[in-house]
Amino acid sequence: MRVLLSGNEAVARGCYEHGVRVAVAYPGTPSTEILENVVKYKDDVYCQWSPNEKVAFEVAMGAVFGGARTMVAMKHVGLNVAADPLMTSTSVGGDGGFVIVTADDPGMHSSQNEQDNRYFAKFAKIPLVEPSNSQDVKDFIGHALDISEQFGTPVLFRISTRISHAKTPVELGERVEVPLKDYEKDTSRRVVIPAHARRLHVKVEERLKALAEFAETSPMNKIIEGDPKVGVISSGISYEYARDAFPGATFLKLGMSFPFPAKLVTEFSKRFDTVYVVEENEPFIEEQMRYIGITNIVGKERIPICGELNQRIIRDAVSGEDTSGEKAKVPARPPVLCPGCPHRSTFFMLNRLGIGSTSDIGCYTLGVMPPLNGIDTCICMGASIGNSLGMEKARGRDFAKKMVAVIGDSTFVHSGITGLADVAYNKGATTVIILDNSITAMTGHQHHPGTGVTLMGEPTVKLDYLKLAEALGVKDARKVDAYDVTAVKEAIKEAINHDEPSLLIMEGPCALLDRSTWSTPLAVDWDKCTACGLCLRLGCPSISRDETGKATINPLFCVGELCSMCAQVCPSNAISVPEKS
Amino acid sequence: MAGKTKNVFIAGVGGQGIILASEILSDAALAKGLDVKKSEVHGMAQRGGSVVSHVRFGEEVHSPVITAGEADLLVSFEKMEALRWVQAVAPGGKIIVNTQEIVPSGQEVYPKDIDSQMDERAPGTIRIDALKLAKEAGHIRAVNVVMLGAMSHFLDFTMDEWRAAIESRVPKKTVEINVKAFELGRSAVAA
Repeated sequence: MRVLLSGNEAVARGCYEHGVRVAVAYPGTPSTEILENVVKYKDDVYCQWSPNEKVAFEVAMGAVFGGARTMVAMKHVGLNVAADPLMTSTSVGGDGGFVIVTADDPGMHSSQNEQDNRYFAKFAKIPLVEPSNSQDVKDFIGHALDISEQFGTPVLFRISTRISHAKTPVELGERVEVPLKDYEKDTSRRVVIPAHARRLHVKVEERLKALAEFAETSPMNKIIEGDPKVGVISSGISYEYARDAFPGATFLKLGMSFPFPAKLVTEFSKRFDTVYVVEENEPFIEEQMRYIGITNIVGKERIPICGELNQRIIRDAVSGEDTSGEKAKVPARPPVLCPGCPHRSTFFMLNRLGIGSTSDIGCYTLGVMPPLNGIDTCICMGASIGNSLGMEKARGRDFAKKMVAVIGDSTFVHSGITGLADVAYNKGATTVIILDNSITAMTGHQHHPGTGVTLMGEPTVKLDYLKLAEALGVKDARKVDAYDVTAVKEAIKEAINHDEPSLLIMEGPCALLDRSTWSTPLAVDWDKCTACGLCLRLGCPSISRDETGKATINPLFCVGELCSMCAQVCPSNAISVPEKS
Repeated sequence: MAGKTKNVFIAGVGGQGIILASEILSDAALAKGLDVKKSEVHGMAQRGGSVVSHVRFGEEVHSPVITAGEADLLVSFEKMEALRWVQAVAPGGKIIVNTQEIVPSGQEVYPKDIDSQMDERAPGTIRIDALKLAKEAGHIRAVNVVMLGAMSHFLDFTMDEWRAAIESRVPKKTVEINVKAFELGRSAVAA
């Protein structure tokens, strides 16, 4: 049967068909839907969300030790978190097949950097697989698992946003069961004390040579014959763009670009006066070509490093023209906190009180946008708390009264707990605010240890933030109703004036979680509205001004009484649920 | 023309049902045995954000994205969003716009010059009030299917093919509302 699958759905389907038994991840765009689709096969594949990518990786490694075909998935920056186990797992080898899926985000549609994770394969000395479309994805998962088992190595499987989120046709197959490998204690391999690790490193180098030989004839590397005068080398999504940019050319499509198939690439390059090397972001293939002495290349000297590619950008880069067309002048429409978002009250009040925040990765990063302007810093998962403590240590306690750390519930569990331990341990006075919307919201509502439900849909234990705070030594910890604007204000004022750490848990479920909580949209009484604009400072997408400057609420967006923050802040009591006429 | 890839660029505002519309269109193309690629970006809290979906179909499709000057059809669910993506349209391409105005967050009022800018850039633009037609069909959320009906004039699918694609994607109890929305959208555009 032929169906349309996104690249992420195809990863899940590939795992199912190719006998994967365990799949683990922490959600992160553009990788999230991988596990959300694996769970459809939960009778055959055990799957779980872990609290972060490092733990996910370690659970996956355990499953591999246990002899199961295993897949772990994460977004590109997630692999930074998992880099510690990654760098050593590579030398262990010899158990169940192990695929590490990294979903990179060229163009940074929803990421903080544009790192090209293909370099992780080289750094960790493991093979790299780069599919170009959903059919490739599904097939290559099988190849990757076979390579993993044949050579005793994890395989890095690199996709990117336009593969993850593009739907392309896939021919479905049946699941093939792959039995668990026997487990036998083998400390020489699985215990990496220096004496063992020195020997393992030698094996890794030997393995790389064998893999390079394998890559020369891998079915994932293939030549598509065309115009004998135009040669193009490409991989991943760039290959699809290049096919449109150079119609009819001869292509070398590298589905396995590390270890580098040097002979294949050399022979191909010799056929042309010039070979075009088309890669999104970094010159990963080009560098390896230049390293072995190939110089007839047009690559990064023309093709941009920054941002996504597409067929037009490639064509223009080669021709030197600009065919991007003239854009009209239209106001931007950036993503913002949704109507009814419980996070809005905190940023509104921080702004009103003149308090800044070190913040974190999640929906609430949108609190940086005007008119809320509630965020001073945002770097990576969990950074908010350490950043606030560091600012306090550099600038003193009075400064801490003007700077709080703001972090979401899922991000706090991911990597904020250690930060809070640090604040208590090192005698900080930091105020930490957990914006607890009881879900991983930004990526589309995934469960985590604070929600009490697993990925497989089973009820489980629920992390108790207050007890955790107590155990860490944070004495001033309490919950606040995020929809009560006054309570939020008072809680923040009190907390910042304490000379010890404070933890405020602003509770309010994501407004998109349960639409049955929505009710009749609020409306503005124009007789009472003085056009003061205070409600507009909430930055709610439902609220704008009409021709006379008075506030108006778009009933298509407003979630009703659940939120009613605008009604609470209105000094003229002009906003309420309209009476039925 | 056989073999030529058809490029349909759908734009609008998060929450307008753009992804569902592009799913229905892609299903219709796949059911015809065509190669199809459909691309959009999700993951951010997109309500109120600018959303686009690229749908390409034909004998063999490579890139999943439509770039400047390539769209045979630009279908915008919101007035300002049509102007934002007007450069995507190929020479001779068609533009269909829902005249609905959604004020971008961060802006306090809707810009006044959208229609005049659009008239200057794309004089042949087809405008329909899809929100009104969706209400007429039975639900304001059917704007997306009204727009599918409007674009159907320029795409080579039969009513049965459209109906099958709609039925497989919308909740069962809303099929009739959606089919009606489709028909209203279709009749709102003179063939």
